[in-house]
Amino acid sequence: MAESRFVYVTYIRTTPEKLWRALLDPEFTRRYWCETHQESEWKPGASWRIMAPDGTVCDSGEIIEIEPHRRLVLTWRNEFRPELRPEGYSRLTYELEPQGNAVKLTLIHEIDKPDSKLIQAVSGGWPAILASLKSLLETGESLEATRRWPAGGCKK
Amino acid sequence: MDKVFKALADPGRRLLLDRLYATNGQTLGQLCEGMDMTRQAVAKHLAVLEEANLVVVLWHGREKLHYLNPVPIHEIAERWIGKFERGRLRVLAELKKRLQGETDG
Repeated sequence: MAESRFVYVTYIRTTPEKLWRALLDPEFTRRYWCETHQESEWKPGASWRIMAPDGTVCDSGEIIEIEPHRRLVLTWRNEFRPELRPEGYSRLTYELEPQGNAVKLTLIHEIDKPDSKLIQAVSGGWPAILASLKSLLETGESLEATRRWPAGGCKK
Repeated sequence: MDKVFKALADPGRRLLLDRLYATNGQTLGQLCEGMDMTRQAVAKHLAVLEEANLVVVLWHGREKLHYLNPVPIHEIAERWIGKFERGRLRVLAELKKRLQGETDG
């Protein structure tokens, strides 16, 4: 295998518009993504970064593709873990597809190198964050493990 | 969730999940290697796993790659294991309270 890839598919009872907003809007991400928020102009070529509440830049990259309520592709490099940063840029893709009264969310996080430590690290973080996102949208409450920074669910 | 438990009820399918856990993103051909099953049987098992959302298929050029999807297992852990674990912890907490109550009295 010349690449490492993490794949996650979940069905969330919500609308593509609400899910899209929850993925981008700081007001939402702070609640299920360990108090972090993203900064970007959200257009192709724009820079993108994810910030911890203390101002640390956790990850950064660039928007590659953006199709509101449907698809978002961005590059992603870890900025705060010395063992992960040298791996360089990975690629994150979100795909949203309406299915009945739910939205199928597919998340693919990949990098063009085998046995990536970054992909291994995010494989541990994403399930907690995305389960919390689902819980927030469906019940109005995120999961406790992902509400604070730094947290067990956010080791990335 | 019925589909997930049904999919997990077969040792061959569990073995396929274990193999994807060890090496994620394999083709049907790779998954057939070392399996004591015909290619058709493996393909059928993968279809059941896919139907249960335990396996996700991604096309990579001309290759169809199979990936483990951690979501249903995580949901089982939350819905079933977590629940019983909480019950056990509550019993322990009550026991502690009662024992402390006895020493206080």
